[in-house]
Amino acid sequence: MPTLQENKHIYTVSQITLEIGVIFENTFGNGVWVEGEISNFKAATSGHFYFSLKDSASVLAAAMFVRANRELKFKLQDGIKVICFGKIDVYGPRGQYQMIVEKMEPKGIGARALAFEQLKEKLLKEGLFDAAHKRELPFMPFRVGVVTSGAGAAIRDILGILKKGASCVDVVIRSVRVQGEGAAQEIAQGIEDLNEFNKVDVIIVSRGGGSTEDLWSFNEEIVARAVYNSKIPVISAVGHQINTSLCDLVADCFVETPTAAAKIIVDKKNAIFAQLDSLRHEMGFSVSDIIGVLKNNLIALKNSIKSPLDRLHEKAQVVDDLSLGLNQNMRQLINITREKTLALIHRLEALSPLAVLSRGYSLSMFLADESVIKSPAQIKKGDKVKTILSEGSFISSVEEVSNDQRKTTA
Amino acid sequence: MTKEKQPLEEDIKKLQKIVEDLSGGKLTLAEALKKYEEGIKLAENCSQTLQDAERKVESLMKKDGKFLLKDFSEDEEGKD
Repeated sequence: MPTLQENKHIYTVSQITLEIGVIFENTFGNGVWVEGEISNFKAATSGHFYFSLKDSASVLAAAMFVRANRELKFKLQDGIKVICFGKIDVYGPRGQYQMIVEKMEPKGIGARALAFEQLKEKLLKEGLFDAAHKRELPFMPFRVGVVTSGAGAAIRDILGILKKGASCVDVVIRSVRVQGEGAAQEIAQGIEDLNEFNKVDVIIVSRGGGSTEDLWSFNEEIVARAVYNSKIPVISAVGHQINTSLCDLVADCFVETPTAAAKIIVDKKNAIFAQLDSLRHEMGFSVSDIIGVLKNNLIALKNSIKSPLDRLHEKAQVVDDLSLGLNQNMRQLINITREKTLALIHRLEALSPLAVLSRGYSLSMFLADESVIKSPAQIKKGDKVKTILSEGSFISSVEEVSNDQRKTTA
Repeated sequence: MTKEKQPLEEDIKKLQKIVEDLSGGKLTLAEALKKYEEGIKLAENCSQTLQDAERKVESLMKKDGKFLLKDFSEDEEGKD
């Protein structure tokens, strides 16, 4: 350590601070670009911004005064990565150096894109995109207001489609500039004017295709709010872009092209036509049904009415049927009886004594009383006897009576 | 902007009611025919309204806080 020596120049704190300031001025006086992440962001009541820029190893204090920060297109907040341009300044009262930021750009994403995301976030939180706020388009919008450029392709497309597909629709055009400085204000004013005019059923906010830059007006807060505040339902049709605009997000309905917006209306008309057709058919069917039912009732009634003669015929038929049945039963009964009788006769024949005679036997009886002679003791010589054979008879006189069974003489 | 087209929705509602009444099948033939006639007339009116080709295309201007409508030239139209 060097010893204090009189010939060495000794600085006061202020002097050395000033000297350091001079070194910084000489080194970074033309301004430097510094990249870092914002932390400890504070917006003072004076409007000045105080924050730190940091990376993984170091921290740099920074200030952005109101004169510079009001030019910012996006909102500063902790965590966003930025590239700053400014000078490095020494702040004596604290013995600190800090960056005085003149310009700032978000890193990675364009300032505009970041601003868009931030605004989108803000409007989302406020509820501008809420589905609950979205209104149904009218049943059939007969009067359509269009906020677009009167000289653009969008209005031509819309008018062309409506003329072809829905010629019943009147159009009120509120011509506005759709790009460039002040366009957003005009678009918003157009929406408000149509609301004040209050004679259209729906508003189409539209422009044809273009670059993201061209379509930027439709991302402005003033347009988003005008759409949100519109009492008349709004269709947003901001041309052909891949990303949806804020106007799209707030609108009650959004489509990608002006043509598609006009087609919504044509479709509505066609749907109503189809509905009318089906209602007409249903009515026709119902009336036919009613007539059909009445016809059937009539036929049923006609059938249920019968003349007395018809009744008589009916009775006669019953009698016929019955007697037919009776006859058949009777005939059957007779047949059965006949068969039974025949069977009996056959049996009777088999048992007849005459059948015995047919085998060569004969039967003798007294001629006087025709009583059968069963024993020789009953007869005597000279009795007249009648003998019956199977095929006839003869009469004879008894010559002799013997008890020998074998020697009977006739 | 003078055409009175507002009742279209109402008319279609009326028409739907008629269709309902008719399909209920509780009407006498005379009542049904009367409703049918009424319905056909309504449907005709609605169709007419939708087919109307007398459209207006106007441009809305604002002068001294007052609105005025001017006919809009459609010359450019049709070259899609």
